[in-house]
Amino acid sequence: MHEMSLAEGVLQLVEDTAKRENARRVKLVVLEIGRMSSVEPEALKFCFEAVTNGSIAQGAALEIIDVPGAGWCMLCSETVPMEALYGACPTCGSYQVQATSGTEMRVKEIEIE
Amino acid sequence: MCTVCGCGAGETKIEGGLANAHEHTHVHEDGTVHTHTHDHGHDHDHAHGHGAALLGAHSHSHRHGDGSEHSHDHVHSGEHAHSHGDSHHHEHGIAGDLDYGTGPARAHVPGMSQARMVQIEQDILSKNNTYAAANRQWLDDRGIFALNLVSSPGSGKTALLCKTIELLKDKVAISVVEGDQQTSNDAERIRATGVPALQINTGKGCHLDGHMVGHAIQRLQPADESLFLIENVGNLVCPAAFDLGEHHKVAILSVTEGEDKPLKYPDMFAAADVMLLNKVDLLPYLEFNADLAEANARRVNPDLIIFRVSATSGEGLGGWLGWIAAGLDAQRSLRSESLDTLKRRIAELERQLAAK
Repeated sequence: MHEMSLAEGVLQLVEDTAKRENARRVKLVVLEIGRMSSVEPEALKFCFEAVTNGSIAQGAALEIIDVPGAGWCMLCSETVPMEALYGACPTCGSYQVQATSGTEMRVKEIEIE
Repeated sequence: MCTVCGCGAGETKIEGGLANAHEHTHVHEDGTVHTHTHDHGHDHDHAHGHGAALLGAHSHSHRHGDGSEHSHDHVHSGEHAHSHGDSHHHEHGIAGDLDYGTGPARAHVPGMSQARMVQIEQDILSKNNTYAAANRQWLDDRGIFALNLVSSPGSGKTALLCKTIELLKDKVAISVVEGDQQTSNDAERIRATGVPALQINTGKGCHLDGHMVGHAIQRLQPADESLFLIENVGNLVCPAAFDLGEHHKVAILSVTEGEDKPLKYPDMFAAADVMLLNKVDLLPYLEFNADLAEANARRVNPDLIIFRVSATSGEGLGGWLGWIAAGLDAQRSLRSESLDTLKRRIAELERQLAAK
């Protein structure tokens, strides 16, 4: 259900852009979804199809770019890979890791005609 | 800036489609670096027209057939991507020039469909955040202190709200927004305490959003310098992501839940500024380690302010009420400061007018 409102958010951004660009049709929507954003890509795909029905983006392909998690460990002073938000540093085990990527939920670009 | 060679925008200008030369440093795939100068003459075969009156400059990046990407500036009236055969910067100095869109093949192919990629690069939640920012501005302008109460169902949010309202309603005006999937039971419970409350039923929705709360604010019209409380839908996941325009999220965890809830649902505890550990009057009857629960919460959010409270016995509510009072004061003084600034500005402008 959370994914449903995200899908509606995506559709709004897509519709605004398509209108501005005088597009007739949206063919492809590219999203960047971080692995730590607590968004379920499969659920989002399902919701996207549902909310775009009857819109300018009906039938548009949805491409989701998976962004792996990374964070800055305060103790190691370096960027380390992260599996879960608020998880421990894989090198030193401390929890002082500030997520730097993998939390994004962005509409990157769309293909229109 | 060009992402291939790093040269800045505006170094090379091509006005009206004239050929021009510029220098590049390239790194090749084999690692060699070289600098070279080259000419471009690009004429844009004109597939579609732009209004001649407008001149809009913008920069955008695009990808070439060889996989390299670069950005360049244009001046023209429309916004759209187009592709070229080489890496370069250029500016079009004339309005009314035309570009091919970046077709599926990302090449200029006359007569081909004008499908094109448009960069959006916007957060999915940006629309909600815009509504939330407008709500926050409206509340700030009136010196209203707004809290968004979040928790799982059954943690005692409504009971805690009723108790808080009872203790504060003689000192400050309070209005409440209640979010639930169905029923107006909670709003009725709040109204029974004597303060205005508005129920939002989200239907299938799992959280309140900035837009709903904006409407609720307009309906409730909270008084200046009052306390505005939002009880979100009982859900520890989704409400974390949706800013409503509140000043703080307050997460409520009750001792009848697990100590590890902050670790299981970290987003919410990270998004909150305050945690209320509720139902502490039941601690003697439960195997709940309150210190462990607090430590877990601080692991996901080291700055979290925690109060141990009981809505039933009233235990520990002093600290919580004190924190609210401090927040109300801060909002009031912010407002009077901005009012003073405005008054000074008016006085200054009137002085300038009088001098003319």
